[in-house]
Parts: sequence; C-alpha cells; structure tokens
Amino acid sequence: MLAGFTKGERFSALSLATVVAIVGLFFALMGQDALLQTHGAMMAAAAACALLYLVLTYSAPEPALDRLHRYYDGPTKVGVVLAMIFAVVGFLVGDWVAWLLYNPDLTFDAGWASYGRLRPLHTSAVIFGFGGNALIATSFYILQRTSRARLADPVGAWFVLLGYNLFCAIAASGYLMGATQSKEYAEPEWYADIWLTVVWVAYLLVYLRTLARRREPHIYVSNWYYLAFILVVAVLHIVNNLAIPVSFLQSKSYSLFSGVQDAMTQWWYGHNAVGFFLTAGFLGMLYYYLPIRSGRPIFSYRLSIISFWGITFFYMWAGSHHLHYTALPQWVQTLGMTFSVMLLVPSWASATNALLTLNGAWHKVRDDATLRFITVAILFYGLSTLEGSFMSIRSVNALSHYTDWTIGHVHAGAMGWVAMIAFGAIYASVPWLWKRDSMYSTRLVEVHFWLAIAGTVIYVFAMWNSGIIQGLMWRTYTESGTLAYSFVDSLVAMKPYYAARAVGGLLFLIGGVVGLYNVWMTIRTAPKAAAEFDRPMPATPAFEPAE
Amino acid sequence: MFGLHYRLERKTIGFLLGIIGVSSIGGLIEIAPLFTIDETVEQVADMRVYTPLEQAGRDIYIREGCYGCHSQLIRTLRDEVERYGPFSLAVESKYDHPMQWGSKRTGPDLARMGGKYSDDWQRAHLINPRDVVPESNMPAYAFLQRALLRTDNLGLRLATLRQLGVPYTDEMVANAAADAQGQATPDTALAEGVRRRYGDATNISTFAGAAGKLTEMDALVAYLQILGRLTNAAHEMAAGE
Repeated sequence: MLAGFTKGERFSALSLATVVAIVGLFFALMGQDALLQTHGAMMAAAAACALLYLVLTYSAPEPALDRLHRYYDGPTKVGVVLAMIFAVVGFLVGDWVAWLLYNPDLTFDAGWASYGRLRPLHTSAVIFGFGGNALIATSFYILQRTSRARLADPVGAWFVLLGYNLFCAIAASGYLMGATQSKEYAEPEWYADIWLTVVWVAYLLVYLRTLARRREPHIYVSNWYYLAFILVVAVLHIVNNLAIPVSFLQSKSYSLFSGVQDAMTQWWYGHNAVGFFLTAGFLGMLYYYLPIRSGRPIFSYRLSIISFWGITFFYMWAGSHHLHYTALPQWVQTLGMTFSVMLLVPSWASATNALLTLNGAWHKVRDDATLRFITVAILFYGLSTLEGSFMSIRSVNALSHYTDWTIGHVHAGAMGWVAMIAFGAIYASVPWLWKRDSMYSTRLVEVHFWLAIAGTVIYVFAMWNSGIIQGLMWRTYTESGTLAYSFVDSLVAMKPYYAARAVGGLLFLIGGVVGLYNVWMTIRTAPKAAAEFDRPMPATPAFEPAE
Repeated sequence: MFGLHYRLERKTIGFLLGIIGVSSIGGLIEIAPLFTIDETVEQVADMRVYTPLEQAGRDIYIREGCYGCHSQLIRTLRDEVERYGPFSLAVESKYDHPMQWGSKRTGPDLARMGGKYSDDWQRAHLINPRDVVPESNMPAYAFLQRALLRTDNLGLRLATLRQLGVPYTDEMVANAAADAQGQATPDTALAEGVRRRYGDATNISTFAGAAGKLTEMDALVAYLQILGRLTNAAHEMAAGE
C-alpha cells in the first residue's frame, strides 16, 4: 500500500475526502454555469477516487512501528512522476502555441483551441504543474533528510500533493472552457484560488510541523528558501486574487482592484511569482542537490546568508519595473528599477556561491549529465538575473517592453534555470527514491541534456533577435520625421524567428519526452526489495525538541 | 551579524517571522500609498461607465485571454503616441476590474481602438483576421458570431461591479439585460432607454449585424468600439500641451 497509513490516519483521510466530495457535489449540483458544475464534478470525482482507495485498503494491515525510523517518500515519488508528466504536457502546449503564432489557422474554428486560451494552459502547466510538483516533491524529500525527521503528517502531505494537482487540473480545464481572470500567472477563478489557499496552508503546516521534529539544531539553507517560497507565495496569491464573485454559484468574479492599483498589485505578484516560486524554491533545490551530487560542501555559509536575505528583501520591490512609462506614478517606477538593479548583488552571490562549490568537482561536471544539468542551470540563473536587472533600467525597458525580448528573457530563466535544475534534481532523486544505483539509462540523460540545451539556446537567440528587431522597428523614423514601419511590417519581420523558436521548443519537448520515458523505465525496472541506502536517521528518537 | 544568524536559523518561528517582516516592506511601501495619494488617479468629470453590452464584451475579451497578445496601455514615448494616440491616463482604466494593460504586443495596442475602424471591419476582422489583414497571425473568432450572448446574468455582474465602486445606478442594474439588447437594436424603445441611462454619446449600433439575435460578437465589437472613449481627458491633455 502506497500510503502506508495507520488506522487513525485512514480515518482522518476518509473524513477529509468525504468533506471534499460533499463540497464538490454541492457545486456540481447547485452551480449556475457549466464551469462551476464541471469543476464541482471534477472535485467530487477526485474525492470519490480517494474514498474508493481508502475504503478498499481500510482493513489492510497497519504499517510496522519501525516505519518511524524511515523517511516518508510516497508523496515525493508521485510528485516526481506528475512533474515529468506536466513537463511534457506544458512543453507540448507551449510548442503548439509557438506554431500557432507561425500558422494561426490551426484553431479548428473552436474557442478552446485559440491562442488566448491555450497560452495560460502552457504557462500554468509549466510553472504550476511542472515547477510546482517538482518543488513540492523535492521539498518533502529535502526537508526530511536535512532535518533527519520523518514527515510529520502523512495524510497532510498527500492532501497537499493531490489537492495541488486537483487545483492544476481545475485551472487547466478552466482555461480551455474560458474560466480566467486574465491576470497573468494568476488566471484561475475565485473558487480555484480558495482551494489553492487551503492546500497551501496545509503545505505550510506540514512543513512547520516536520521542522519542529528535526534532530538537527540548525535549519538547513534549502529549507530557508522553501519556507520563503511557501510563505511569500501564500501572501502574493491571496492579495492578488482578492475578488468578489458575481455569485457564489457562478464562476465569474471581478477583482477587488482596478486600473493602476490593480496593475501594481498584479506585477508585484507577477514578478515575485518569478522571485519566490521560480527562484527561491529552486534555489532551495540547488542548495541540496548541488553539494550532494558534486560531493563538495557549499562554498560559503556567509554568502548563503547574504544572498538569501538579499533576495527576500530586494525582490519584493522590483515588480514595478513592468510598468515603466505607464500611468503608474513615476516614483514607484523608479523604486522598482533601483531595487531591480540592486537585486543583481544577491542573485550573483548565489550563482557565485554555487559555481565555487563546484571547484574540485569539475571533472564530474564533464562526466555526469545530471550534475551538468545543475551546472548549466546555475549559468543560466546568472545570465537571466543579469539580463533582468539590465531590462529593468527604464531606457532599456523602453525598447524591450511589449516585445519578444521579454519572452526570450523569461524562457532563458524558465528553460535554462528552472527546468534544468528541476531535471537535475529529478535525475538525482529518482534512483535514490526507488533504491537503485543509477537511472535506467545514463545515455538517455545525456541525450536529454543536449536536446534541452540546444532547444534553449535556439529559443532564446530567436527571441532576442525578434524582440530587438521589433522594438527597433516600432521606433524607427524616416528622414521626414514619420514612423518608418507599420505594425504589420514588424509582424512580417518576426516570421522566421517564430519558426526558429518553435523548432527550439520542439527539441526541448523531445528532451522532456526522453526524460519521462527514462524516469518511467527506471521505476518499472527497479528491484522490488533492495538494500536501504539513505541518509541515516538517529537510531533512537530524540524526544527533546531541537531547541 | 553572522553570529546572530547562527542563532536565528535554529528557531523555526523566529525565522518565519523574519521572512514575513523582510518580504513585506517593499510591497507595503510601493502599493499602499497608491490607494491613499489622491493624485494617483486623475479626477475627470466626463468619465462614463461601460454599458451592460460593453461590459459583457469586456468579459469575453477577458475570457478569450486577449491580453496575451494585446496591450491596452500607450506609454509616454513619442513613437507610441504617434502610432496609437495620446498616452494612457490612470483614470481611463479606473473602472477596469481587472485592468488589461497587458505585457506583450504580438498584435497592436488596443487602448484607443474605439472608433478607429467601422463595426463591419471589426466583425470581418474577428471572423477571419486574414480577410482584412493578410499578414495577421491572430486566431479567427468566428465562433463568437454563433454564440448567443447570455444576458440574464448581466444585472448581477453590474451589481457586483457597483459593490467594487463602479457608479452604476439601481436603474442601470435593473435594466441591464434589456439595455444590452437595446444597444444593439437602434431606433427602438429599448435603445432609447440605453440612451437615457448612459448618455447621448452611447454607441448604439447593430454591431455584428445579425438582426434579432444578440451574439457574443455584438458584445465584443461594442467593447472594442468603446476602448479609449470612456473619457476625453487624454485627448484634452494632449491638445493642451
């Protein structure tokens, strides 16, 4: 039995699933539009599956008491597989919409297939589906090892993982049916937002309760970042999604803020979603997998401290650089720009700390594709943070804003940093989780690495070119002082770059498919009973709190 | 300092409070004053609200995710003002819950799209953009022409927006569904009601042109035709300079 619940845990899981099923049924039956009915039914169906599983295994023998001396990795295992599945789905939809921009007639005369509805599906599947599952899975893994403590609440951990994926499923299906707030990266409607808030609070509680059980006096750096990720994302999510539903039985809502205040709140959210979801969380991953995989200790404890607090403080000011030359008051724009430039210091402190950690292990980078994924991620992290600070400067932003340069920048971060570090972490963890020496095929890891890096480089170069050409064409004047190009002229000039971008994305997608296959085969061919090799927990539980 | 941290990182709750404190400063200083400083949003006398049909169109614009390719904010840069019109003022999106300023121009900015093209052009363009702009890479929205507009929920939607501070009157909320119909059927009693409640400048037209039935295409065209025309303040400001 995957969950390994005790009788008491089975009972609380049953109660929880029953409550979720009732809430789902309520919306399925009482909802006044198709969206709320469908999503209520999805919620009820998910809870019914959980109920069925719990009922069927209710009388299974209880797990032995010695489980308390082992880590609890069920949610991590499922989370890793879900992350890989979402990666493939997200890359597939991303590449599809890339081709849509090249050939817009692929929409089958249907609303769900139009660019506007598929684009949030791509961003959410990659950020929340792939990134979020990778973060939750690795955070549970790392939290236990660095605290030398078993997860505090197995039911809670499953609730977090499965509840989060229910949120992803509701969000994704909602976009296709037209449920969106049209707030970038915060598209899901009010009921999905409330559900995510519940899940997220449970996540924080599981995290804190496990930390409270730790048998290490110090909280390890990775956990600082995961904590910042959980806490700040909670605040961002709640504030930016404040809205009044038209009715509690209808899916539509209107956001609490409007106009300029909404714009500022949105980009405070949007930029810090990058800062705390796509940066802080993944830095937590880096601080664990880099030293373990390279066999080298983190270069500097003090640099870790400086970069952690620097990122936590500076990031939160940077959002307004998305609103240069707009109706946002100039003083806010200037503050945003200033802090964005200063943000380079803690960002490069992290990157430097990580690169110097590799000193003495560079031969491993040459030989080990998993470690190379992590190393390349550090390089792209350094590159994107430099580029980000540069693009936040007002006069640079005048050219880059609204163009494909932004898209190139985001993908240098998302493909080069986020996906690479996540793949590195997954390739490192999967053999550990399924008690094997290595992945099913190290050659395929190598293949994935080169596909990923080729795809990223092609993508980013294409978007740099198209973005800068676009920006320059929009502001080019003829000698007589009139605009030289119509908007359509700039669109025509983009065509070859859009094709190149879609090819780059395709390579990245193929890499993801290779990765999913490799992970799947590693799990399938894993030995049934293998020797335990894991970071040890103390043999006798220490009952005094760790101070 | 590092000694202090050495102790702090042994306390879960202390560390948690530290993160909350350090991370909240930036947002508080940048966002909170926007709600209290009066100059943030200009005061203009002629600012009007969206009619029910225009708001329904706006809801469709949001549903279809148009912000992915179109901005609604003209920056204070010479080339943008010459290409799109006077730069956007804060007041112009005062009633936009949420704003649709956007972040990407795969297609052109739409902040001053209203009145730039005829209703017929807008409809033809939405049905198949490449019929009127051969180079366009915008998806076709022909399905909007086939979808009847749901008007029964418009009263509730206007009432919700009123709760958020948009100055709809009781009469506007009560007549929302009829007014949506009326704005698309010129020279009828319904149309007269729209004019009375929303002013003589209201754009009353057959929009998508299909007589008798009100489609989502009507609503979206009505919305596109009001973009940038809720107030004349931006034009007056540009003329005054």
